[in-house]
Amino acid sequence: MFAKYDVIVVGAGHAGCEAAVAAANMGSKVLLATMNMNTIAQMSCNPAMGGVAKGQIVREVDALGGYSGIVTDHTMIQFRMLNRSKGPAMWSPRAQSDRMLFAQKWRMMLEAHPNIDFWQEMVTGIIVKDGRACGVHTGIGLEIESDSVVLTNGTFLNGLIHIGEKQFGGGRAGERAAKGITEQLVELGFESGRMKTGTPPRVDGRSLDWDKMETQAGDEEPAKFSYTDTPRLQKQRPCHVAYTNKAVHEVLKTGFDRSPMFNGRIRGLGPRYCPSIEDKIERFADRDRHQLFVEPEGWDTCEIYVNGFSSSLPQDVQHKALRKIEGFEHAKMFRPGYAIEYDFFPPTQLKMSLETQHVENLFFAGQINGTTGYEEAACQGMMAGINAHLKVKEKDPFVLKRSEAYIGVLIDDLVNKGTDEPYRMFTSRAEYRILLRQDNADTRLTPMIEQLGIRDENNRTEKLATKLEAVKAIEKFFKETSITPDAINGYLESKNSRPISQKQKLHSILARPHIDTKGLRTALPWVNDFLNKFEYDAIESSEVDMKYEGYIRKEQEMVDKMNRLEQVKLTDKIDYHNIISLSSEAREKLSSVQPQTIGQASRISGVSPSDISVLLVHMGR
Amino acid sequence: MITHNLTDTIVALATPTGIGAIGVIRLSGPKAIEIVNGVFKGKDLSTKASHTIHLGTIRDENDLIIDEVLASLFIAPKSYTKENVVEVSCHGSSYIHQQLLALFIRQGARMANPGEFTLRAFLNGQLDLSQAEAVADLIASSSESAHAIAIKQMRGGFSDEIKKLRTELINFASLIELELDFGEEDVEFADRDDLKILIEKIQKLLKSLIDSFHLGNVIKHGVNTVIAGRPNAGKSTLLNALLNEDRAIVSDIAGTTRDTIEEVLNIKGIEFRLIDTAGIREAQDQIEAVGVQKTLEKIKQSALLIYVFDVVRTTPEEVATDLKKLVGSNINLLAVANKMDLNPYTEAKHYTSELLHEDQFVPTSAINKMNIEYLKERLHQAVLSKQVNLDSTIVSNIRHYDALQRSYESLADALHGMETGVTSDFIAMDIRRALAYLGEITGEISTDDLLGNIFSKFCIGK
Repeated sequence: MFAKYDVIVVGAGHAGCEAAVAAANMGSKVLLATMNMNTIAQMSCNPAMGGVAKGQIVREVDALGGYSGIVTDHTMIQFRMLNRSKGPAMWSPRAQSDRMLFAQKWRMMLEAHPNIDFWQEMVTGIIVKDGRACGVHTGIGLEIESDSVVLTNGTFLNGLIHIGEKQFGGGRAGERAAKGITEQLVELGFESGRMKTGTPPRVDGRSLDWDKMETQAGDEEPAKFSYTDTPRLQKQRPCHVAYTNKAVHEVLKTGFDRSPMFNGRIRGLGPRYCPSIEDKIERFADRDRHQLFVEPEGWDTCEIYVNGFSSSLPQDVQHKALRKIEGFEHAKMFRPGYAIEYDFFPPTQLKMSLETQHVENLFFAGQINGTTGYEEAACQGMMAGINAHLKVKEKDPFVLKRSEAYIGVLIDDLVNKGTDEPYRMFTSRAEYRILLRQDNADTRLTPMIEQLGIRDENNRTEKLATKLEAVKAIEKFFKETSITPDAINGYLESKNSRPISQKQKLHSILARPHIDTKGLRTALPWVNDFLNKFEYDAIESSEVDMKYEGYIRKEQEMVDKMNRLEQVKLTDKIDYHNIISLSSEAREKLSSVQPQTIGQASRISGVSPSDISVLLVHMGR
Repeated sequence: MITHNLTDTIVALATPTGIGAIGVIRLSGPKAIEIVNGVFKGKDLSTKASHTIHLGTIRDENDLIIDEVLASLFIAPKSYTKENVVEVSCHGSSYIHQQLLALFIRQGARMANPGEFTLRAFLNGQLDLSQAEAVADLIASSSESAHAIAIKQMRGGFSDEIKKLRTELINFASLIELELDFGEEDVEFADRDDLKILIEKIQKLLKSLIDSFHLGNVIKHGVNTVIAGRPNAGKSTLLNALLNEDRAIVSDIAGTTRDTIEEVLNIKGIEFRLIDTAGIREAQDQIEAVGVQKTLEKIKQSALLIYVFDVVRTTPEEVATDLKKLVGSNINLLAVANKMDLNPYTEAKHYTSELLHEDQFVPTSAINKMNIEYLKERLHQAVLSKQVNLDSTIVSNIRHYDALQRSYESLADALHGMETGVTSDFIAMDIRRALAYLGEITGEISTDDLLGNIFSKFCIGK
């Protein structure tokens, strides 16, 4: 019934969709197997993409040909560049999405791809021959053959939903859990674990008193995620901010004895960074209130997502507590929040390509690796898709460095350090944050599209070339054009910046704190005329380059210094167990991870600096 | 690829080659005891406890006695290398040493590479990087103070101090990181002024370590001290007076230039290299031309200048003229007013000028050895700056100094950034750089050329 596929992707969430697209755009024949084709690219939790560090990841996925940015640009209802008041490394795009349009757009783009087939059924096992994955078993007993398999099961593997004292199997509200895969993998020698995550209640927007909440509007000049020609937002929907209070906390506490979190029914570890509301009031007992973001789920729906109110307390307690919030006095609930436990496989069992160590040609991406977040899932999916294709075609794996992309940081952390709680990206996880900005993801990564042979259907390579030329022209203009004191001092004084006494280059004016191109354009019409010729992206990038030149150079020096360690290659043949001067934990970890370089070895948890010195000395360095 | 074999037993002479009262040959490795026991006539060493000493003779394959020795046992892991170690104390003759080494090698030991004992101690986790460096310094130390610094560093005092600094910095960095990653959520942020105070505090700690390098360096390498003055001012007499006190520890060291003589004087553990230039000594006329030129060159390379003048024959104006010629840079100056016995009413204030303050004035009578002890005290004080003393942690290694300096500069960048309103992502970057540099000292972040550099400094036997 089926021809043999190059890649079978199991699961059609953010990881699965990107995996399918990546492999397909490299030329692989792909089968996307999902339990329910109506929930492709479902946003299971909040209807938003991006955010601090996550927005940078979406830009990176886009720069490498992924679809998440395009889909988001087409379906967002609000855009904000977070952290504008901080430096460019912190600027983080975030969009509020229309949940239904998002899933629809993804499905349309997947369906438009000639290399992608679909199959709706539960995958119950992987066909493994000679330690190599070569297809999947399905619930009705089919065997579908392939050269590689990418597992992106999300929260579905033995998913268990908790609401108060009730618990039932399920991968998402109203959807079945997936059985069989964990058991088979454990039999094959994989170690598995349990994790927990949660989601807040959804409420009826018609029952809320919006006047009692603060309004949070989108940016006046909304930017976007994709480097391709996606549309710019013309109108936006606002979000609102509400706060819990003592009364809310008191009501919530009445349900603690029935909470699965506190009575031990939930064993999986949840994310510290995204605690449930009951966790917050328990752990931060001295806080009188917690902030809530009240977010619309789309253009044409009254469904509201109460961000910050994730809970697994009984639904009656959730409802009563919600109504104590100012503006929520008459709130009607659409559905309660819940917690969900699911299986994951500690990612230290992976290679840097996301291929598993135990089974060849089997790749993992997303929550199955212990991560949380759409963006974290999407980028792993893309990398797994690329690497599955490369593996099938017997080519070298594609691995991004920590200094090249947040994606590189994420995978390097997962494989070398592992994770005990759902792993979320933060900018502080990246040691070279200044280089990994949202404005330059294309400069960093798009050149790799051509090297990898990814189909460049949206002309990203060409667009990058145009942008780089524009950046050069703008920088030339700023370095060569002088400005007189008369023309500029008014603007400088308005910014509390020291006036100039003689002609100066525009470049040196721009380098000052609190001075930006936007201000210069207003103050100097001829600068505005010149910049009008260029795209927003090019102006932004050249401004960052010029303004922060010194810092960027210093950061690059640190990268170069550390890269020397990355270039010290370790072969697979080292018998770490025989190096008695290593600590026993280091011997164990190095043997299991088999790092490719000294740099990678240094980041493995349990490998101490003195172990690294020992390795270097052993290698005769 | 792996060049270091840790499974065999190494041997080397641990005391200097040449004739001495005794010599010590050291073996380390799994077979150390077995190898010695095989040629040792006395008690059965394989049955003896760690940290015991045994008298016996060592005989070669033909049962000929090579020497009567003491064998000290150190059983793994309670030894310097954490391996089995035997130290054989024999008589001090090169012939005996060669015979014993050759015998042990025939019995299965291997001649140690330079620094290999310390390398093994390091690889076996006995020492961290800065401690291993201290061992090298310890072996090279020739004065009491240099020895004290190296001992302190070897025991981990310096590493501890750096670790404390790192912890402080990491605390600081996490405050900034919190603000960066969670700026959208309603968390409370650290007060900017508090952050500045914290950085300044860390900078102060760094600065005192950096400043100690000057002292550490002179302790390690000695203080170059030039003695200058007009003919017959009493320079030679002064030099002799200074040296006579410690004749035993004085040695003549041939200088790099034929006409320069260095004498080494040890004052309370600090070595002073007293440099007298022949050009001045032999000059018949006044301090002029070539003589002055050479003196100036010497002064440039020195830390201390002792200017000697004759209180009977030299007028204050002449002293001022001499100093104008001699004192160029920020050199530490002591003005020794000699022959005070002939003109006891001379007072410091008669000679003060803009180049000579009253407190730099040291009255002596070299020929009567009057006030020589006081002069030594003044020399000693001139080296110790106000902030550092011999009891505090002292940086004596140029690599450490460099890392501390860079760390300090990165913090200065961070502080400057905060003052000019640079956003906190850039401030965080400077803090991270400061941390990375500190890490280089204890090897937290190893740079690959670091270790080779360090271990190549060891001599055989340590």
